[in-house]
Amino acid sequence: MAEATLRTAPLDRTRVLQWLQTYGVYAGVAALLVVNIAITPHFLSAENFRTQAVQVAPVIIVALGMALVIGTEGVDLSVGAVMALAASVTALYLGYGLLPALLVVALFAAAVGLANGALVALVGVQPIVATLALMVGGRGIALVLLPQLKDLRNPSLASLGSGDIAGVPYLILIAAVLALLVAFVVRRTTFGRQLLAIGDSRPAAQLAGLPVRRVLILVYIASALLAAVAGVLATARLQASDPTSLGNLMELSAITAVVVGGTPLTGGRVNIAGTVAGAVLIQLLTATLIKHDLPPSWTQIAQAIVIVAAVYAARGRGKR
Amino acid sequence: MAPPAEVLAVRGLSKTFPGVRALDDVDLTLHAGEVHALIGENGAGKSTLIKLLTGVYRPDAGEITFQGEKVSFATPLDAQKAGISTIYQEVNLIPLLSVARNLFLGREPRNRFGVLDVARMNREAEEILAGYGVHVDVRRPLRTLGVGAQQMVALARAVATDARIVIMDEPTSSLEPREVETLFTVIRRLRDAGIAVVYVSHRLDELYAVCSTVTVLRDGRRVHHGKLADLDRLSLVSTMLGRDLGEVREEGLTKFTGEHHAADSEPVLDAAGLTVPHKLHDVSLSIRPGEVVGLGGLLGSGRTETAKAISGALPVRSGRVTVAGTPLRGGSAPAAIRAGISLLPEDRKSEGIVPGLSVRENIALAVLPRLSRFGLVSEAKVDSVVDTFMKRLRIKASSPHQKVGELSGGNQQKVLLARWLAMNPKVLLLDEPTRGIDVGAKAEVQKLVDELAADGLGVLLISSDLEELIEGSDRVVVLKDGAVVGELTGDDVTEDKLMRTIAGDSQPVAKEVASDG
Repeated sequence: MAEATLRTAPLDRTRVLQWLQTYGVYAGVAALLVVNIAITPHFLSAENFRTQAVQVAPVIIVALGMALVIGTEGVDLSVGAVMALAASVTALYLGYGLLPALLVVALFAAAVGLANGALVALVGVQPIVATLALMVGGRGIALVLLPQLKDLRNPSLASLGSGDIAGVPYLILIAAVLALLVAFVVRRTTFGRQLLAIGDSRPAAQLAGLPVRRVLILVYIASALLAAVAGVLATARLQASDPTSLGNLMELSAITAVVVGGTPLTGGRVNIAGTVAGAVLIQLLTATLIKHDLPPSWTQIAQAIVIVAAVYAARGRGKR
Repeated sequence: MAPPAEVLAVRGLSKTFPGVRALDDVDLTLHAGEVHALIGENGAGKSTLIKLLTGVYRPDAGEITFQGEKVSFATPLDAQKAGISTIYQEVNLIPLLSVARNLFLGREPRNRFGVLDVARMNREAEEILAGYGVHVDVRRPLRTLGVGAQQMVALARAVATDARIVIMDEPTSSLEPREVETLFTVIRRLRDAGIAVVYVSHRLDELYAVCSTVTVLRDGRRVHHGKLADLDRLSLVSTMLGRDLGEVREEGLTKFTGEHHAADSEPVLDAAGLTVPHKLHDVSLSIRPGEVVGLGGLLGSGRTETAKAISGALPVRSGRVTVAGTPLRGGSAPAAIRAGISLLPEDRKSEGIVPGLSVRENIALAVLPRLSRFGLVSEAKVDSVVDTFMKRLRIKASSPHQKVGELSGGNQQKVLLARWLAMNPKVLLLDEPTRGIDVGAKAEVQKLVDELAADGLGVLLISSDLEELIEGSDRVVVLKDGAVVGELTGDDVTEDKLMRTIAGDSQPVAKEVASDG
């Protein structure tokens, strides 16, 4: 017996790490909830939960697209800029009504995604470089279209930002529906499986005759569209278009959510539930520190610790 | 005249990697002005030996004496500083720097203010390169040069660093014939200057043109060494492949049953005039339904490239592929797959399996669109396909959901076969289907190839295992330096005839008999 225990000792270590990688993020969310309920005044209120959820919804939506891109062993740095672009375009076209404005936003976003995807899939530029171009340029275009903050007075936009069904804000419902949709795409469609195969081994996917270029381009378009949705929703909530600061550092929040949620940066695996939980974890962490009047710098340090922990748990997995 | 000085003496060098004895008690002696051929098939230990000599790896046992002193290089830079330069197949220079900067990297000429003397550097670079037959503007970035010219710059740089030994690892793989001539001139000049050259190549003509001595490695051991002139081509090939000439072999060591009855019908695959720069020259072959055609030749003879060119994975400059009478359009992998060509790649781990996905996903990977409607996968159809092929190929996995990366090599290979059989192909291109898999799985795969041919598939079989190639094939097309040099049919499909054809023996036995049948 003793001997057997000894021999399995190192195996237990990897098991613990694996458990942490799969369930660590949920455990983290649960722990933060328990701690806050115990020590934070007024935490356990519907109002507080609604606030937190509404704040995290745009991050979740952007992170869903980011998870798809990371699943192909890529990254999309342009998501924050796409949010700003969505804000500008919404402001410009809102005069024609909400729906036409949203269609134009979608066109702009699809164009950005197409450009990213074409650079990656057709030209062969590394994703981090390809999307860096539009991370800088996209916000530039947004500011050319709308140089400064503009208040938007449009009833339909306002209701999109603050309306609810049975007390659940539209923002949360939209984020939830999109999360389910993306999870379904990953698990049940040819596109989803081809995406994972490409991320795991691109040469093998190519030799197996998969439409590698088409899938990659579609993935970047999906990421841009999701970022645009987040941009519109954030604009609706603010009731103002703010291309200067909307979506700033959003790419990093999204990557953090994805990585903390257990999706390896090496591609081939996408964990949608984990990604949502990752975004929630970071949100709760930030909220906890703010509610206890700790300076914002502490939040950043705490985030860094979470990221390092996630990377540590993911160590040794991913690519062989 | 005193014999030339011994530059390098290697005694009892051994190196073991997990599960593999890569190099086993190997000796090697080099004298000044010696051009030494180092040859061996895949996995013979050539690269390991080179990496031990240049400080990339540390030996487990044995010693290296360089210019009379025992040495132990910690890094490739140490070896280079001591005077052992290596030129790899891939050029290891900095593409964006100018040609001259690359040539003088780390030892740039400086003027009396300690500033880089650009004019002098460019002038000297031009002079040096002219000696290598390279006449270019040395201020251009290196990457704007052709591969051959880049190789020459690498060579010039290696020699210019006061090397005593220059190791060349397949230096001609990307050179034009004219550039090869220049390379030989340079090698002869090095020889006359008392520098020892280790020359690794699979091209026999080159070895005999430029080398004086030879070491043959096989399975990590030195199996022959001596003067190259004392070893004729046929003996060289047979030593390298580990086969004695005229040796009577017991039949039936493989699981192949032998004859297939290829219908005298139209070929299911016809490849004509496939040409890929530096790799294939006018390669033509055809396969009839139910026929197993072997592709023979040494490493680097263009076997893998032929398979890849047929399957659209390697773009061809010219040539055409016809499947069952219909010419293939586009020359892309998806087009070839749609037409019914399936390639089992040589590098199973990096080009075949998708290691992080399950057995089930791997089997269904290529056929997925056919099991889907409107992009939605029908799980029931996938299950049924996966179940059928796991049973038929006897794939051993804990469940269809086990990661394919965790399976044994043999089972991984079966998963890949299943992936292609699910596509219901007309032609199977098998590139080293049994390499690195255990004996039992090997026999099973061989039996399967037989069965598939019996079912009317056209099979192209590439194998470095001569036994497998000879017993498994109805016909063998022999490649050498990227061109077809012979074809063995009927009773001529023997190891002897194959080695003679590879060695380029004068009697064209193969061709004569081929025209009879």
